[in-house]
Amino acid sequence: MPMTLAEKILARASGRHSVSPDQVVVARVDLAMSHENADLVRKSFLQVGVPRVWDPSKIVIIFDHRVPAESEKTATTHKAIREFVAAQGIRNFYDVGRGGICHQVLPENGHVRPGMVLVGTDSHTTTHGAFGAFATGIGATEMAGVWTEGELWFKVPSTLRIAVEGEFRPWISAKDLILRIIGMLGAAGADYRAVEFDGSAIRRMTVASRMVLCNLAMEMGAKVAFTPVDEVLLDYLRPRTAEALEPIAPDPDAVYESTIELDASEDLWEPQVACPHSVDHVKPLSALGDVPVDQAVLGSCTNGRLEDLEIAAMVLAGRAVHPRTRLVVIPASQRIYRDAMRLGYLETLAAAGAMIAPPGCGPCVGVHQGILASGETCVSSTNRNFLGRMGSKDSLVYLASPAVVAASAVAGRLAHPASIVKEIPCPVEV
Amino acid sequence: MSGGSLTLRGRVRAVLGENIDTDIIYPGRYLNITDREKTAEHLFELAYPEIRPALQPGEFIVAARNFGCGSSREQAAAALKFAGAGAVIAASFARIFFRNAINLGIPAVVAPDAAALCAPGDELEIDLAAGQIRNLTRNVTISAAPLDPRAVELVSTGGLIPYLKRKHAAAS
Repeated sequence: MPMTLAEKILARASGRHSVSPDQVVVARVDLAMSHENADLVRKSFLQVGVPRVWDPSKIVIIFDHRVPAESEKTATTHKAIREFVAAQGIRNFYDVGRGGICHQVLPENGHVRPGMVLVGTDSHTTTHGAFGAFATGIGATEMAGVWTEGELWFKVPSTLRIAVEGEFRPWISAKDLILRIIGMLGAAGADYRAVEFDGSAIRRMTVASRMVLCNLAMEMGAKVAFTPVDEVLLDYLRPRTAEALEPIAPDPDAVYESTIELDASEDLWEPQVACPHSVDHVKPLSALGDVPVDQAVLGSCTNGRLEDLEIAAMVLAGRAVHPRTRLVVIPASQRIYRDAMRLGYLETLAAAGAMIAPPGCGPCVGVHQGILASGETCVSSTNRNFLGRMGSKDSLVYLASPAVVAASAVAGRLAHPASIVKEIPCPVEV
Repeated sequence: MSGGSLTLRGRVRAVLGENIDTDIIYPGRYLNITDREKTAEHLFELAYPEIRPALQPGEFIVAARNFGCGSSREQAAAALKFAGAGAVIAASFARIFFRNAINLGIPAVVAPDAAALCAPGDELEIDLAAGQIRNLTRNVTISAAPLDPRAVELVSTGGLIPYLKRKHAAAS
């Protein structure tokens, strides 16, 4: 029976020849990731009363939401997790200064491989579909069940295929594409479904850009999302893991619930912006008029990678952040931080007036490093603009690409990068 | 109670719109609270601060589609549970919230027309396994998706942890 990627992976993980949508299967879990909410998981796990986790080598814990600890409460949580990790022999633990955002640290360190079933106590775990993994978010109690038994039930999702052909116009990125798609489909447009992105425009993307698509597919409700497992991806993975890498692809005659076809050159003329207070409230930049900006944020599991810092550095080189605007830049990981330092991007950004914050989630979840006051407006490369997400319930968050964030920081208002930089950027080479 | 039927009766505390996200249910700034009972203090704090103080044990929250979208934060479901909500009824749920609710033992009931057929104060009777809601105040029946038998069992047991505790105690 022909199968989609999600079906293939779940069939194998549940010991079946084939599965079909709506079937409920119990799948073995290959990797179980948590961040600070490992403390909630730990508390539930201890209540179960089983002395040891099922397999410490398959658990990864990464501190990212509140690093370094911003309060005594968090410090206590971090300490409790460190002690648990040591007691259980969990070696894949990334403490403050050793990792960064969980969704960047996992692939950077070779933990994710095609064909895996990966669960994480973070909704943006869908990111790892860019590495060919069936990867999805679960809650802390459910993770305690995984720590106990190493398996989890799933309803096999039907699959939505999104094929994107054509070339991106200058300044248009994966962020603009996925915001456009979320705007078209809505916040529940892919609820409970798997999404497969494919097409020549996707295959030309860097791994970092593919991660943006799979990361934000969550914001239209997707259970999992995939980009192709091709040579671009395998070239990224080979130096990072000693494990065998198995190419995996949907069957040519796999059955899709529906297919959406887009042409990057025809359907994406200008940068896209998600307006307050929902990610599906998407408009083209030119439709927004004059929007003064108090804060600009570049970072997160969506857009805090090297290519994002690179394009921001290009926009800000020799320029200054507008006097009324604050720019906060958060490299997604320690490795990206060091690369950006070595390549001079951090120097360029800091010289322009950006504040460089430590690798982690930064202000995205509204707990530290750039909280918004009542009446303030922020343009951000992050993934959510819900009411009160980054601070006051009377603040506004606009989501946009790194290039638009950087241009807006210079202009002090939402701005197209072409209005700041006259030369056309070279497309990022894969 | 085990397996079979599970019937709830109570009043509707609030009827909310669509895409009620987890930041609205439980603001991110309180995510470092890991004592689940204490999460209740911040339920709907930013957008609907009037709901929590008024919520009586066993009352229902009704909403339109995509309730619980956004973050995987389990505190959203925990805050509802420990604030005393008897169930959440919505046209649809975001998948992580749905699983979190069931795993914490709070019924999440899918009923496409509930938001249109309920008003605050209405008294409802919900048969979880059968997938039927009676609005006793208005004398109408609201169709709902029957809760999966696995979910009924989890809700009856009080959630996943009591369920696993029993299972592993029996095994050892």
